[in-house]
Amino acid sequence: MAIIERPTPAAPVVVTPTETYGLLKRPVSSTGWRSWVFTIDHKKLGIMYAVTAMFFFIVGGIEALLIRLQLAAPNGKVLNADLYNQMFTMHATTMVFLFIMPMAAGFANYFLPLQIGARDVAFPRLNAFGFWSLLFGGIFLNLAWFLGGAADGGWFMYAPNSGPVFSPSNGVNFWALGLQIAGIASLTSAINLIITVLNMRAPGMSLMKMPIFTWMITVVQFLLLFAVPVITVALFLLMFQRNFGARFFDVAAGADPLLWQHLFWIFGHPEVYILILPSFGIISEVLPVFSRKPLFGYPFVVFSGAAIGFVGWGVWAHHMFASGLGPVSVAVFSVATMAIAVPTGVKIINWTLTMWGGKLWFTTAMKFAIGLIVLFTVGGLSGVTHSIAPSDTQQTDTYYIVAHFHYVLFGGSVLGIFAGFYYWWPKVFGKMLSEKLGSWNFWLMIIGLNLTFGPMHILGLQGQPRRMYQWTEARAGEGFFNLAFWNSVASIGSFILAIGILIFLINVWVTSRNPQRAPLDPWDARSLEWMTSNPPKEHNFDVIPTVHHLDEFFHRKYEEDEATHTMKQITTAEDLIAEQERNADRHIHMPSPSYWPIVLAFGLPVIAFGLIYSYLIAVVGGVIVLFAAFGWALESSTAPESDFENPNSSAELVKHD
Amino acid sequence: MTDVAHGHVGGTGISNVKLGMWAFLGSECLLFGGLISTYMLYRGRVTGGPRPSQIFDIPFTSVSSFVLLMSSLTMVLAVSAAHKDDDRKTNLWLTVTALLGTTFVGGQVYEFTAFYKEGLGFSTSLFGSSFYTLTGFHGVHVTVGIIMLMSLVGILTRSSMPGKKAEVVEIVGLYWHFVDIVWIIIFTLVYLIPV
Repeated sequence: MAIIERPTPAAPVVVTPTETYGLLKRPVSSTGWRSWVFTIDHKKLGIMYAVTAMFFFIVGGIEALLIRLQLAAPNGKVLNADLYNQMFTMHATTMVFLFIMPMAAGFANYFLPLQIGARDVAFPRLNAFGFWSLLFGGIFLNLAWFLGGAADGGWFMYAPNSGPVFSPSNGVNFWALGLQIAGIASLTSAINLIITVLNMRAPGMSLMKMPIFTWMITVVQFLLLFAVPVITVALFLLMFQRNFGARFFDVAAGADPLLWQHLFWIFGHPEVYILILPSFGIISEVLPVFSRKPLFGYPFVVFSGAAIGFVGWGVWAHHMFASGLGPVSVAVFSVATMAIAVPTGVKIINWTLTMWGGKLWFTTAMKFAIGLIVLFTVGGLSGVTHSIAPSDTQQTDTYYIVAHFHYVLFGGSVLGIFAGFYYWWPKVFGKMLSEKLGSWNFWLMIIGLNLTFGPMHILGLQGQPRRMYQWTEARAGEGFFNLAFWNSVASIGSFILAIGILIFLINVWVTSRNPQRAPLDPWDARSLEWMTSNPPKEHNFDVIPTVHHLDEFFHRKYEEDEATHTMKQITTAEDLIAEQERNADRHIHMPSPSYWPIVLAFGLPVIAFGLIYSYLIAVVGGVIVLFAAFGWALESSTAPESDFENPNSSAELVKHD
Repeated sequence: MTDVAHGHVGGTGISNVKLGMWAFLGSECLLFGGLISTYMLYRGRVTGGPRPSQIFDIPFTSVSSFVLLMSSLTMVLAVSAAHKDDDRKTNLWLTVTALLGTTFVGGQVYEFTAFYKEGLGFSTSLFGSSFYTLTGFHGVHVTVGIIMLMSLVGILTRSSMPGKKAEVVEIVGLYWHFVDIVWIIIFTLVYLIPV
């Protein structure tokens, strides 16, 4: 529902929705499935993003386990070569595009407006549209499994290998079009969150008073804004080649096979930072809270994040050292790659010094954050070894690379995401995740991931190539470095890792059945999202706070004691929120739910289906999109006041915000 | 579009919708950047079919480019009329802009047909594929612009537009000018600079 009336709980608001587009009445349900499907509330959408991402995490995880089962013993028979190709392609695609990115989008959607003291994002309907595009794009991508086989060219889908000659099934078509749809989601969310941050911060919140998570998310949105269109071009070229006979990657016509690689990695390298920076943001929130100290060198963390965002555009060709770029390019990209390790190192130092001398509180969230620092550093260091081009030539396309990016993505991004789960769970669901199960979750994941990905360094340096679907006893070698032993260790590790994640799911289930409510401020937190009820109200804040400090919430709770120069608590979260409620804004207009985002997003996979099977279907999809676009444009995002006439109250409506 | 809860002008002093359009156009720069790079890489690669210099009709394309540039002028006049709240003139200039845009797209259709008859198909050569892709993407952008302009005229006539009229006209104008500027770059790189 779109209006919050207070303080008249006895007289519910009567809603008489006007027709939009002369056809449909606005959706008004505030309960049941309709309240989710047509919602434009950033918090509900954040949860929907996270649930979708978690689903795809499990799908991608099962794919990973099948890969490890296949490689556990010599002459693996679990998958045939063709299915194995599809499995690693879809594992990577799912984890990158359908798990980490949407999960980060979920966190961003939920917490970014709360952290900057806003009541919603700048474009609430665009937000809903982004979510549905992602969901439909993800489903569309995976439908290929049932329609002749999934994409099988590796997640970077190098052309000309991804052309119809080598990938004759429709898998690559589904992949290209599905990512195109998911890309629309990234683009809309980038525009939306950038404008939200630029325009909708609470009074007094200058950019340098913004919580660090919001900062990192902002950098990520700029990366998305400029990286997504590049892969859009690459995907269009690939699609035109496969479906309309274009020659872009046809070497016989004089095409340059490096064109795809350049376009893909100009997107692909910023993408790496798109995947890691949200987790950097999360642990930069978690570490200060559980060290009971402010973040060490906040401006350094901000600017090193921004520096990563800039330099991230100048290192893409380090993915292509083995492709014969020429010595000058290789030298330039080699040096740039070493340089980008510097701002990352700055962050590691800042986090370490945040903990230095702090009163450390080893909650599960804190453990995951520390896990990130340690394991990301391992992955970062193996990354620096790639930046040395001669060494990289040896490592290219071996398991050493696989080890590296799993340490930075699993040891980095995923651990950060889990830190975020445990830290923010009480805020989102009003209940605490079990710390005991959390400890099991953490240690099993840490042991599992080191057992899985650690041996891959050895496998890679011993020469086991990536994407190899079988290994044979005869060629596994002998002694400590034989491939057989380390492959089975990695496979056992992957199941320990899976059990760790299963324990997280059990933890969620147990927590949801536990009737005990979480306290308002269980961690003695520092930023504005904690200055709301658990879970936050639909309109987030009863009063929009005026910000005076970095870590505003902390500074409202604590004051410096003049005599001892220590911080002493002067009030509690409960009191602060009670005070807000007493001075609550009387009438708050929130944007109203809408049908159009989901309808518009639904048209996209229909068009994509049509491009693969029959142009007639594409025309139907086009009509849906056009129809929904007009419906959208002609509907104002907040229902007119006449929709909310409350016959029981003659109170004059006052617009806030 | 703008709305009550979010219509306020925040930190930057520019409204959300207008700033959103600027961000989108920033993203579009990279889209055309990728397409133009592809064309520049492939423009001289002709293994069969005509070369660029054999088929380009520079005087014809110059005229249609001039028409498109003039549409930017009429768009400015439409925005100016919208700011003065003059619905009649706004409608007039928006219609003229759309007509000029349609003339340009018509010219492009004619040009594509002529090139095709002279032997340059989409699959003929790398030059063919990348030429049609780049100019085709631009043509689609102009077409989307025309649809937006005509919708604006329709909506203004029924005067049922949510949000502030003048601002919506201005935002469509931003998009239109961007598409024009991209054409100047494409025209220069594709037609004027010899391979």
